[in-house]
Formats: sequence, structure tokens, C-alpha cells
Amino acid sequence: MSDYNYAYLDEQTKRMIRRAILKGLAIPGYQVPFASREMPMPYGWGTGGVQVTASCLHPQDRLKVIDQGADDTTNAVSIRKFFQRVADVGVTEHTGDATVIQTRHRIPEDELTEDQILVYQVPIPEPLRFLEPRETETRKMHALEEYGLMHVKLYEDISQHGQIATAYAYPVQIEGRYIMDPSPIPKFDNPKMEMPAIQLFGAGREQRIYALPPYTKVVSLDFDDYPFEASKAPGACAICGADNTYLDEVIVDDAGGRMFVCSDTDYCAQCQAAQKPTSQEGEAA
Amino acid sequence: MTPLLDVKSITKFYGNRIGCADVSFDLYPGEVMGIVGESGSGKTTLLNCLAGQLQPDSGEVLFDMRVGGLTDTVTMSEPERRMLSRTDWAFVHQHARDGLRMGVSAGGNVGERLMAVGARHYGEIRTKAIDWLERVEIAADRIDDKPKAFSGGMQQRLQIARNLVTGPRLVFMDEPTGGLDVSVQARLLDLLRGLVRELGLSAIIVTHDLAVVRLLADRLMVMKDGHVVETGLTDQVLDDPQHAYTQLLVSSVLQV
Repeated sequence: MSDYNYAYLDEQTKRMIRRAILKGLAIPGYQVPFASREMPMPYGWGTGGVQVTASCLHPQDRLKVIDQGADDTTNAVSIRKFFQRVADVGVTEHTGDATVIQTRHRIPEDELTEDQILVYQVPIPEPLRFLEPRETETRKMHALEEYGLMHVKLYEDISQHGQIATAYAYPVQIEGRYIMDPSPIPKFDNPKMEMPAIQLFGAGREQRIYALPPYTKVVSLDFDDYPFEASKAPGACAICGADNTYLDEVIVDDAGGRMFVCSDTDYCAQCQAAQKPTSQEGEAA
Repeated sequence: MTPLLDVKSITKFYGNRIGCADVSFDLYPGEVMGIVGESGSGKTTLLNCLAGQLQPDSGEVLFDMRVGGLTDTVTMSEPERRMLSRTDWAFVHQHARDGLRMGVSAGGNVGERLMAVGARHYGEIRTKAIDWLERVEIAADRIDDKPKAFSGGMQQRLQIARNLVTGPRLVFMDEPTGGLDVSVQARLLDLLRGLVRELGLSAIIVTHDLAVVRLLADRLMVMKDGHVVETGLTDQVLDDPQHAYTQLLVSSVLQV
């Protein structure tokens, strides 16, 4: 612990990242370049999110880390342990108890509050990247609000698949201005982005930070005759029975058996806990 | 009558070398201007300066805007110029792959300009795309194919459809028939002539092919070493060339 500065990064770096975060909050959806540092993990494992989290943490914080909604996956466990060690920070798996939540590709099912920060790990911050490969050109397109191309992608989806087939990293427009990649969250989560918590996005390899202040207007792009739809797998969770959550498909045997379970493990555990007393009463009766 | 485009002494240097020097002309609505000359004579430089793709060193390009009348496009702000180039202007490149998105279907290519100016109704965009594909003689059932699957002539026609869908008033064409075989060239020229007449388009066509300007252009400008050496009505220039270089150019055409 004493071998590292608090929260791993040196104070100058944290200050630089905080400046980028403040600028991002001042211009919602705008990608702020920052001098991303090497972190003790490979690119693509959340280096951007980790740097943003490190710059936000102080010892009184309680950190929650999720990977695709789950608290117990390798990536989530590693990052949580990392901050326990270098930032001396309390950790939790309960969404409601956390002050900072670092997430990879999900928004928790529980509604977040004004005193929470949600940090996203972002692989590719530029929503126009696969449509226009030149960064010089995409930055100009953002500056001049030339966003016709984004709809070309949705047009192609409909013409090939009969519907908007983009299911994750679904492009959104922020306060009628910047088009933003919400990181690869399922489009089921898009409507949740208008939330009371602060949302910070960190892309380590691409060296970009962007942010959404609380209650920012977030509109998912669509066509008048093909409106946006927050889709999920049909059915309810096989464990807790919730039918309003985003579901993961789990293969259970080699014979094609499968089940759908909540991707948010904490929410699923809460639902099960809430059901337990009733089921015990049932057994008693 | 105000000209649609009023070009005043456009000059562009590449270091010490002349790109084009002191070129001035007017273009009136519905008129087609041809620019001919050998390669390296500055025709493409001139066209790029006019279309806002190159910044000229001096001179003015006044365009008759829908709002505000004649405005210098060289000094106007970049957002305005880019707005012009996807609404009132069109640019047909020599190589279709420069003007098309090769990874996007034909319908998406045609629809892009519509979506760029705010169309947000899939059905309407598609209807319009089909309409334009048919006008440039591409079968409607090819709408979801990528341009990669098209022949060179079809790609060029697709590029024309993509450019004309927003109803531009001025079309810049850089060697629109270059690299196509003669029978395809003839069909494309026929199509272009029809569209220009039918829509009342103004156009500036850069080419080294005198037959193309003979068919399409009302007026002709001959360039040599960055300078305009002769201008006039197309038939007049081609049938009775005055300047020595124009005489050479006209007499160099192979007779079959």
C-alpha cells in the first residue's frame, strides 16, 4: 500500500483527469482528450474506467464494480481488489450502498441516486468510427453537427434486417447536440441514462473521457416509422422470476438446454431475498 | 439576370508552380460549361477551387444563394460551405469510389444526403432512393446491394443519383466518363444530357474528351498551363478554333 500513491495514480495525473471530467460534464457528450496512463492491466480490460474511478475515489467511498451486470466475474473482482489494495476503499456488492460504481456494459437495475457516480468502461468512444475512419473528419462532423451518417447506419440495419438490429452501443444524442456512444450497454439500458446520478465514461486506449451530468436529456436515435425500442429477451428470470430486468442466456447442458437469468446479480439476489419469507411461510402452511 | 456562379480571377499556386491563374467566368442557370485541356493544365485544380475543396490563393467565387443572393464561397464559413456542398451543390468524381461509400448499400448511398438534411422517415427515404435509382437506370431490386457488386458504369450512375437526390442547382463533374468503355460512356452521356435538360441543372464539366463537351456543354473554356487560352460557344470553339493550342487539341482527336 505504501509503495503506491493513494489510488495508484500520482496526484498530477488525477488532477489532469479531474479537469477532463469537469470539462466533459460542462459539455455533455463531448469527447475530451486526456493523457491516458499505462495501468497494470491490458487495454480493453477497463483502463479508462479505472483511471476515472481512481480520480474520483476517497477513503470514505464504497465501491461497487460490475462486469456485464455481475459482481463476481473475473474483471469485476480484479478491479475491486485492486482498489481495496491501493485506495483503501470500502467495497460493496449492493447497488444502493455504493457511492461509486464502475461498470462494464450494464447499468444496474436499481435506480441510482444523486449522490452516486456511475463510471463506464468504454472500448471505442467514437460513435462514427466504423462509418468514417478518419478521426480528423469525425471531429469535424461533431463540431459542425453533421450527423446524417449515423442514420445511414440505422438505415442499413433496417434494409438488411427489417428492423434496427443494433442491440448494444446504440447511438444517443445528448441534449439535442452531441451524438455519443453509450459504451456497449444493451439498448435496453438506454432509457435509464436520464438518471439522477453522474455518469462518467473513460476510454483508456483511445484516451477520451466524456460525461453526463444528472438528469441530462438522452435521446436514442431512430426513424419516425421505426421508433427506438428498448428490447430484451422475452420471459422472466429463471432464478428470481423478475420479468422487468435484462436477461442473460445461460447454456446449462450439452443437449441444448438453456435458461434466462438476470444479468444484474445484485438485483437478482435482492429479489430472491424478498421472496424467501413468503416461500418459508408457504412451507410452514 | 443574375448569374448562378460568378468566378473572379481565381488563382492557385502550388509553391512556385501555377495550378491555375486568373480564371474568370460567369455561369447562368441552366447552362453547362465545359473545361477542356491536357492533363496538368489546371482544370481539376480550378474545379476543386470552385467546389470549395481547395482554398484558392486569391479570387472570388460568388454563388447565388437561395437566401442572400451572390455570396463569396471562398470566404464563407466552413459550416455554410459544407451545407452548400450537400444541398445546392453536387460533385461527381472521376472515380466512383471517391464519391460513394463502398461499404454502404446503394439505397443508403442515395439516402445519405437526405438524412444529412434531416429526413427521418425510413419509408420516404427508401421510396425516394428507388425513384432515383430508376431514373439512372439501376433496377430497383439492386437497392440493397453494395456498390462493390456494381459494374463501373453502374457505380458512376449511382454516384450521380446520390448527388442529385437533394435537388442541387449546380453540379461539378470531374471526368464523369473517364475509365468507361465507349458504349457505356454513350449511355451515361445520354442520361446526363437528359437529367441536365429535365432538371434545368447548371453544370461545370471538366474533361479531356472533346466529344463529351460537344454533347453536353453550351460553352467551352480551353486551358493550357494554368491559363484560359480560349472561351466561347462549344460549336464555335471546336469548329473554328482560334488559339494555336486549341487548334492542336481539335486536330489531335482520332477519327475513326
